[in-house]
Amino acid sequence: MSASTDRRWLRDVIGIALIIAAGLAGYWLFPDNLALLTRVIAAALLVLSIDLITGYCGVATLGQASLFGAGAYAAGIACVNGITEPVTLILIGAVAGSVAGLLMGTIMLRAHGLAQLVLSIAIVQLFHEAANKASAYTGGSDGLAGLMVSPLFGMFAFDLWGRTAYLFGLALLVLVFIILKFVVSSPFGMLCRGIKQDPIRIRAMGSFVFPVLLKMFVISGAVAGMGGALAAISTQVVGLDSVSFELSANALVMLVLGGLGSLYGALVGTVIFMGFEHFVSAINPFHWMTMVGALLIAVVLAAPGGLSGLLDRFSASGHRAKRGKA
Amino acid sequence: MSDLFRVEGLTKNFGGLAVSRNISLSMPAGERLALIGPNGAGKTTFVNLVTGQIHPSAGRVVLNGEDVTKLGAVRRVRKGLVRTFQVTRLFSQMTPEEHVTLTVLQREGKANRILSRFTGHSEVVGEVESILSTLGLLDVARRRVGEIAYGQQRLLEIGIALALRPKVLLLDEPAAGVPSSDTPRIEQALERLPPSLAVLMIEHDMDLVFRFAKRVVVLAAGEIIFEGLPSEVAANEKVREAYLGNYAHARRIA
Repeated sequence: MSASTDRRWLRDVIGIALIIAAGLAGYWLFPDNLALLTRVIAAALLVLSIDLITGYCGVATLGQASLFGAGAYAAGIACVNGITEPVTLILIGAVAGSVAGLLMGTIMLRAHGLAQLVLSIAIVQLFHEAANKASAYTGGSDGLAGLMVSPLFGMFAFDLWGRTAYLFGLALLVLVFIILKFVVSSPFGMLCRGIKQDPIRIRAMGSFVFPVLLKMFVISGAVAGMGGALAAISTQVVGLDSVSFELSANALVMLVLGGLGSLYGALVGTVIFMGFEHFVSAINPFHWMTMVGALLIAVVLAAPGGLSGLLDRFSASGHRAKRGKA
Repeated sequence: MSDLFRVEGLTKNFGGLAVSRNISLSMPAGERLALIGPNGAGKTTFVNLVTGQIHPSAGRVVLNGEDVTKLGAVRRVRKGLVRTFQVTRLFSQMTPEEHVTLTVLQREGKANRILSRFTGHSEVVGEVESILSTLGLLDVARRRVGEIAYGQQRLLEIGIALALRPKVLLLDEPAAGVPSSDTPRIEQALERLPPSLAVLMIEHDMDLVFRFAKRVVVLAAGEIIFEGLPSEVAANEKVREAYLGNYAHARRIA
């Protein structure tokens, strides 16, 4: 197994190096847009979390913001109550997200297909209403504002330009990405891929399906929850939009745009979508969504594997061409 | 009670339609049994009932003296009751090596590990290689299943089943859809099955049935109509009728 495994390892090392390089390039190239870039990272964590259950397990969801919002509110509420250490807040977000993931998975995995998708929408709407009604804790429709987070490791204050927040977010994203690469290439990851294609076959191999999927929901919840906590820390506010259907749907669009089931696609899709949102909406504030829609249609029709799948195909054909010459 | 595996009065009704009627049979260790019957006789339903994909309306399934009728499909597999599928159910993007590795890891209770590598467990590698080599699949071990020949996919189905170290193996038409040039390879694989394994095979290819089976059971309209030696089956009046209907009584023209 060495040759192909080695190549896969090399690919992932290069991929992760590229993510770090792109992240640092963003830091130098767009010093005035670091707040936006940090939001991109938080969203990327959300989209990664969808990739885990949709791309790897085949469970489509339009309610993933429930888990993101659970993390955001948990971190926000903790912060208001005096827990201001940023790494602790991220961990609180992860725990809240995984608890929400456990709950969501338990409910969603009772159903299949369309009913499952509808359940996910119902769940995010319920979370949204709960956050709205529990205003004593969540600030209701005003949200939680003015979160004061302590300096990172007691040294790096969260500055006005968002440098600390961005680099902190980037480090978190890279760390999570590396861990997820291990998760999806573990025996558990293979099992999930098997379930996605044929749960009956997996049962005939002697493995239960429900607990495997539920476990992935919990992992997914932790990732989304960290995204929410990062958003809370960096923007210093938590609002109802963090547990909205709209965010859930946008995040799914980002994933489809980038491509499912590779983790890279989640990042590519998030960057393209939010880049579009920012730059194109500045040029044409009324029709940017139309253009995103057109892009999505083009991608789905021309490159069903998403944009990252397209890149993959190019690099594969380049590889072949090189081998052909040699 | 020397039977390794036994079904008693297995019955399944779908609405008013009885697809399995009062089926009883038993298999000792090392059994080579062929289950044959015309299309729609309820052979696959029988396998589904035995392996727990569907639940019987009445009757019992007993493995090693233990009543497993109430257990689900997964638990029956873990107790050693394993099947293959009539139409291959494989993961098109995975390689044969990955299929068998995943199965062995599952059997060992290691398939749920999150932070361990999928490949490279030395004790697993050896077993996977030996299964693949017994089936003649080493050459294609790292090709995607979607790219290998159908006959090889059928062999992989058997390989996955063997990786579970079954006590009772139910083969649902192992040679179905395989070009006749590849049938000898399937046959060879069947000959090499562990001697102590009890095997029940559903098959339409009568040559294969006669070479493989020590005992034949004929199912028609959900009922066992014959049980006996392969050499006796062709002469049996009831069997001829079930297969050929009225033509059973037709006379030779030439």
